[in-house]
Amino acid sequence: MANLKELKNRITSVTSTQKITKAMQMVAAAKLRRAQEAAEQSRPYAERMERMIASVASNLPSLDTAPPMVVGSGKDDVHLLVVVTAERGLCGAFNSNIVRAVRRRVIELRNSGKTVKLYCVGRKGQESLRRDLADLIVEYVTLREVRQLSFANARPIAEQIAQMFADDEFDVCTVYYNAFKSVISQVVTNQQLIPVKLPDPEAIAAADSEVDLGGAIYEYEPEENDLLGVLVPRNMAVQIYRALLESGAAEHAARMTSMDSATRNAGDMIEGLTLTYNRTRQAIITKELIEIVSGAEAL
Amino acid sequence: MADKVAFELVSPDRLLMSVEADAVAMPGMEGDFGVLPGHAPLISALRAGIIEVEGAGDNPDRIYIAGGFAEVAADRLVVLAEEAVPVADMDRANLEQRIQAASDEVAAAEEGEQRRLADGKIAVLQEMLSAAR
Repeated sequence: MANLKELKNRITSVTSTQKITKAMQMVAAAKLRRAQEAAEQSRPYAERMERMIASVASNLPSLDTAPPMVVGSGKDDVHLLVVVTAERGLCGAFNSNIVRAVRRRVIELRNSGKTVKLYCVGRKGQESLRRDLADLIVEYVTLREVRQLSFANARPIAEQIAQMFADDEFDVCTVYYNAFKSVISQVVTNQQLIPVKLPDPEAIAAADSEVDLGGAIYEYEPEENDLLGVLVPRNMAVQIYRALLESGAAEHAARMTSMDSATRNAGDMIEGLTLTYNRTRQAIITKELIEIVSGAEAL
Repeated sequence: MADKVAFELVSPDRLLMSVEADAVAMPGMEGDFGVLPGHAPLISALRAGIIEVEGAGDNPDRIYIAGGFAEVAADRLVVLAEEAVPVADMDRANLEQRIQAASDEVAAAEEGEQRRLADGKIAVLQEMLSAAR
């Protein structure tokens, strides 16, 4: 009977879908572990960089002479939003969460009369943002070819943003990315890159107390302002690198959970279909038996 | 006072090296300097050049860095470098190739910032090459 065959076909196709989602889940789990390791290994550099900046900033004679990246351009008319998303889909609401947050921010900024520019990192964000905000996208970087994320991927982005700032193309720069909170939870996070948020006094005090100088004070070479002028752009690259790493780990985690639930859904579906299949089969047998019996009785 | 300097070399990707050394020579931006145990606290920018580590056993003793930062505090020396390669591992043919590529870039670059960046790249590579000799 045609109905039986149809059911059988559907069961087969759902089973093969389940195999694919299962495989994707396992791949994501392996990649997640690697991404987490990379994030861990990048931590010492970021921590020490932060401590250096805290130390230099706390000894700055006055903020007036600090480099423009630290104090800003004195305006806040043009906002640059750096949007970090994934290259691939099938990872739940990972990309749409970022895009939604960015859209909301764009509307907010427009309503208060600011100009907005978008810098997209990752294909997925660019694809959905260009539908309605195409004229705002000034740059698009894809990391599709990148197999293992390294600092060399973050540096050109940072250099370009610094160059744009030097050319007075924007006043405030904020990066939007998914932070990796845990395997089941990713949080849309925004972080202001320019003007740089200097570490608050408490953090400076904590950094100072960590190293016992025996009452001596740091000497700076070159002097504080110049040093800060070199440190801050480097630190921006580090921040972007961190955002990319976090987003990478979060992406794999999101894919893992969504593929896990897809596998489970497919399992439920197979169960239901198998039940219907068996019922239909039995109904057919019963019907045939009745036909034989009543045929014999009629004789 | 300790008689060793705890020397750490960190790149953005990972912690490259963490050893106890007798002395470390650094290519400071405003002149080279040596770090011995008990050095005064100092934060300095570094230019492209060679770090020389003395008395650190089997570890590489000459390391090329493409600029970075150094922090000296309480018998501890932390170097943040974006690119670091032990001199022994450098490959001359590869370097010459990269210099060639960078020269092409200079020829293609327009005046201004782009040109300045490409020029800087060549200078860094040439420094590496002379170190490899």
